[in-house]
Amino acid sequence: MPIGIQDYHTPATLDEALDLLGRYNGSSRVVGGGTDYFVDDARESGGQPPHALIDVTGLQGWQEVRREGDHIVIGCGATHTRIVASPLVQQGAAALMESCGLIGGPQVRNVGTLMGNIAHALPAADGTLSLLALDGEVAVATPGQALAWMPLAQAFRGPGKSAIDSTRQILVAARFRPTGRSEGSAFARVMRPQGVALPIAGLACRVAVQNGTIERAAIAAGPVAPTPFRAARTEAFLRGKPASADSLTEAIPVLLGECTLRTSPHRASAEYRREVLPALLREAMTRALERAARAA
Amino acid sequence: MPIVNFNVNGQTHPVEVAASDFLATVLRERLGLTGTKIGCNEAECGICTVLVDGTPVNSCIYPALKAAGRAITTIEGLANGEKLHPLQQAFVEHGATQCGFCTSGLIMNGKALIDHNPDPSVDDIKHALKDTLCRCTGYASVIHAIQDAARAQAGGPRTFTPSLPETIEPLNVIGRPLPRPDAVAKVTGAAKYSDDFQFEGMLYGATKRAGVPHARILKIDTTRARAVPGVRAVLTHADVPGKNLHGLVVADWPVLCGDKVRYAGDAIAIVAADTSAIAHAAADLIEVTYEPLPVVDNPVDALKPGAPLVHEVPPVGSHVHGNELKHIFVNKGDVDAGLRESDVVVSGEYQTATTEHAFLEPECSIARITPDGRYEVIVGSQIPYSDRKQVADALGIPEKQVRIKGALIGGGFGGKEDITGQIHAALLARATGRPVKILYRRDESLLVHPKRHAVRFVLSIGAMKDGRINALKVELWGDGGAYASLSDKVMTRAATHASGPYDIPHVKIDCHAVYTNNVPCGAFRGFGVTQSAFAVESVLDEIARQLGMDPIALREKNALRVGSTTNTGALIREGAGLLKCINRVREAFARDLAAHGRDLNSPRHWVEGNKAYGWGFATAYKNTGLGGGAHDKSEVEIEAYEDGSVEARCSAAEIGQGLPGVMAAIAAEELGLPFEKARVLLSDTDLTPDGGPTTASRQTFVTGNATRMTAIKLRKHLAEVAAEMLDVTPEAVRFADGRVSDDRRSVSFGEVVAQAKREGRDTRLSNEYEAPETRPLGTGGDMHVAFSYAAQAALVEVNLDTGEVACKKVISATDVGRALNPLALQGQVEGGIVMCLGNALTEEYIIEKGVPFTNKFARYKMPNIKQMPEIVNLVVEDPAAAGPYGAKGVGEISSIPTTPAITNAIREAIGVRVTRLPVDQEQLLLARSA
Repeated sequence: MPIGIQDYHTPATLDEALDLLGRYNGSSRVVGGGTDYFVDDARESGGQPPHALIDVTGLQGWQEVRREGDHIVIGCGATHTRIVASPLVQQGAAALMESCGLIGGPQVRNVGTLMGNIAHALPAADGTLSLLALDGEVAVATPGQALAWMPLAQAFRGPGKSAIDSTRQILVAARFRPTGRSEGSAFARVMRPQGVALPIAGLACRVAVQNGTIERAAIAAGPVAPTPFRAARTEAFLRGKPASADSLTEAIPVLLGECTLRTSPHRASAEYRREVLPALLREAMTRALERAARAA
Repeated sequence: MPIVNFNVNGQTHPVEVAASDFLATVLRERLGLTGTKIGCNEAECGICTVLVDGTPVNSCIYPALKAAGRAITTIEGLANGEKLHPLQQAFVEHGATQCGFCTSGLIMNGKALIDHNPDPSVDDIKHALKDTLCRCTGYASVIHAIQDAARAQAGGPRTFTPSLPETIEPLNVIGRPLPRPDAVAKVTGAAKYSDDFQFEGMLYGATKRAGVPHARILKIDTTRARAVPGVRAVLTHADVPGKNLHGLVVADWPVLCGDKVRYAGDAIAIVAADTSAIAHAAADLIEVTYEPLPVVDNPVDALKPGAPLVHEVPPVGSHVHGNELKHIFVNKGDVDAGLRESDVVVSGEYQTATTEHAFLEPECSIARITPDGRYEVIVGSQIPYSDRKQVADALGIPEKQVRIKGALIGGGFGGKEDITGQIHAALLARATGRPVKILYRRDESLLVHPKRHAVRFVLSIGAMKDGRINALKVELWGDGGAYASLSDKVMTRAATHASGPYDIPHVKIDCHAVYTNNVPCGAFRGFGVTQSAFAVESVLDEIARQLGMDPIALREKNALRVGSTTNTGALIREGAGLLKCINRVREAFARDLAAHGRDLNSPRHWVEGNKAYGWGFATAYKNTGLGGGAHDKSEVEIEAYEDGSVEARCSAAEIGQGLPGVMAAIAAEELGLPFEKARVLLSDTDLTPDGGPTTASRQTFVTGNATRMTAIKLRKHLAEVAAEMLDVTPEAVRFADGRVSDDRRSVSFGEVVAQAKREGRDTRLSNEYEAPETRPLGTGGDMHVAFSYAAQAALVEVNLDTGEVACKKVISATDVGRALNPLALQGQVEGGIVMCLGNALTEEYIIEKGVPFTNKFARYKMPNIKQMPEIVNLVVEDPAAAGPYGAKGVGEISSIPTTPAITNAIREAIGVRVTRLPVDQEQLLLARSA
């Protein structure tokens, strides 16, 4: 932990947390499970470490996964373990269950939170991709202002750059409409065991199928752009196509055409990502279509 | 600091806590609960796991204040008094603890699992333990222990019976699967490693590292560091009172650099301060002005004319020419003629990676001045007497003024042979008069200590149509890095083993050990042979393809056997179990194939869905003992006590491999005592005689023999006493079951000891054993006292969409001479195979232009439990006459053939020959689609 940290707060309510944040006026920082923050020393080399940390994993009402009207809401205290175990997520967001189940190991999932991952803004973050494919929204709390919901995509500025200022704002929750009748979702990724312990490509999708035809497809992939990316052209291409393996094969050139594949040293070359992205599309879409068929 | 209540293991403790403290710090430093270990500080290794409200968390990054008020359970909270928790008992009896450093993490995760799941499947266990690393066991014993413990906890039988390989009939103690003597301490968290020791007034040390790989030092400014409150000493090269160079073979490694730096991990200055954080912050404030020098970052470039010199003046006593640290030759027959007359010649170029031991315990040394004015250094070292000499030399004092006190070692694998913080801690203790602890953080451990050599091979093998290998020619370049360490010895072993365990008439091996500005390289389990086996076994596999011959039959045809002559001119006279190993693997392989409706003549590759499968085969051999003309000695002292127990003493390291169990078993066997009555004390240079280095798979052989000879000497000595007590001749006296008897009467062993003491006789004897003489390379004759052999078959699965590789199964047969303890042996074999799987598939210490990219565990992946294959462990016992009860070394052999068995299996599965380690899924996929 940065040597300059003088206080570690564990507020019990959102109001209390916002009050603290307001009083520190930029010299504190919001932290979730800390499983990225406490191990990422690069972060500390830039600028002064905060004076205090405000741990938002214990806020009343924001630790669970719950149903709210048409939406499933995931609070900032919900750990990956809790998300994976939630029947709401298992039934209505299989992609999110799969991705949150792949993050780290059990000890990290027991502590790390999805909202913390989103605040960390990595373009290939597993949970983020799934939430993006689910058309997720996030709620931002700022002292003295009403809770503001925004589309998830607006939460990112660039690789590792969040639009949320963790010294002045709290990412309180995410919400999305769960998959319903004739809908399915899925997530697939590839790791490389040498070099860096980060996923080298991931893809999440959500589909709605009507009478054997893809009525709607949502596809999020990473890292194929500076921020988590929705493959809009591929989605449009698949709309109205038969829910078949052939359609997926035809969609591959479209997907490759709209993704900017880059070479990341010690992780993957652009050529390799070009090879595996089609496999991820096939794998995730096939599973999502199967789920949609079962949900008919 | 505020005082906060912590609820740990059911008790409330008020503790002073800072906002920046993590839970692990509170547990270890404030509450003295040192059973929780810290391996990485980055939530990668998982060994620091504790339970918070029943949920496993990594305590190294869990904020302490977040844990306040919750129920915390640590390893110390599991046993009920003397009664072990079923998990602890099962870990002991399954041999699931070796070095013990990760044990509490494995057990705590296991506890969280079985508390919710009374009957976990193998997959459940792999899921739960995915991010809890163990570098010793290979995980199989861990899985069995957790399953048995779950059953016991759910009310099932409290029996924990490991499934072990068949071995020959045991003696009273030797040959029996006995748990480690230190196992209970390791599973309860009571076992003490260096960092677990605290002293009154202790300071903490930190080291200023070069950060640049090659530069002349123009100025070192310590002013700002000295001004930091809490700093008690800042030392540079000018403050080294004795010799400012250390080294295991050649003293070429500066204690503190004064004129230039040769690699990024070089030490420039050391700081002692009130806290570790202050010491590190102050070290960061030391300013060094450099004149950069050109960097040489690979051994081939380093030998080119005009290459920058790493050592401008050859170190004293070295064989250095330019950057060539040592040039090693092996010649047998006429290789050029041999290749010319061969029916088939296959050539290839192979490159292995620099790899890291990744022992889970980072290096730690504590030095203090004892009341008698001497220096005491507490350290987990593989060569205590060498540490003593190097510390004394640097301090400029006689060796007797230094005491090396060995703590338990949390894994070594060759990586704790060189000096790391021992001298620095002693220098800081000298400067401050206070105890000083230097604990490396994981990044520093990765940066500093010697690694496994990256070796480049260019080789050609010629064979006749009938499969006889006729000639082998190989040139090797080993990247020794900036300092000699054991490069000379390692690359000699790489060279002499570069023709594999085969009888080949014509051999020429030309090997260069080379200085570069990379991290130094030295000993690492396999000692050069791991690298050679990859190259030679790969080319042999291609020969088999060209000849259309079964690769197993090809090995069988050429295997070293009694009557063979090795490439160095040694006649194999005994103990050559390679043919038996090959046969045992083939039989088990055939059974496995039959279970899948195949046989030995079926194709060894197939495709299921998007997965391709293939079987590969490889063999290996490895010398036991130093060999090459070195005096390979060990001295053991045994003291007998009136309570009927003995203590065997030796400065020889236990790095998880099980030496205390071997020594205790031998002493108990020879003195007719129950195993529990033989204690072992290791690695205290004041109390234990020199056992030499723990390297070269030598301790069972050399220290085992020394223990046996000392025990026999003590037995004869006590037999004289007992003879008088029983009124018979000493020859009529027998030692068994803790008693000494003739045909009619008996007295207890303890009574004999008591009588000996009354008579003023010695009850403490020692004996030095020296292994049979060996010959230096190039002079013919026996270069080594014995060889261990192994054969392995590996099944791999390759994902055709992604190139991902998994090793599903390894069938292994190992010739160990004699299995002294089948439980410990199984741990060595399983752990060795999984470690070598990492060498094949995941591990690479990445260093670019001399600057390491691998600076944390997140950038160095050793195998986790999900990557372990199913292992069929077969044991061959072809005894070595000179070994204790016929035993040979076993520490390294199992970890050698796995890499080529896997890469040969990949070749079989998808037709791609891997020529560079580790296997890269990206290259496999791109090579296939090219």
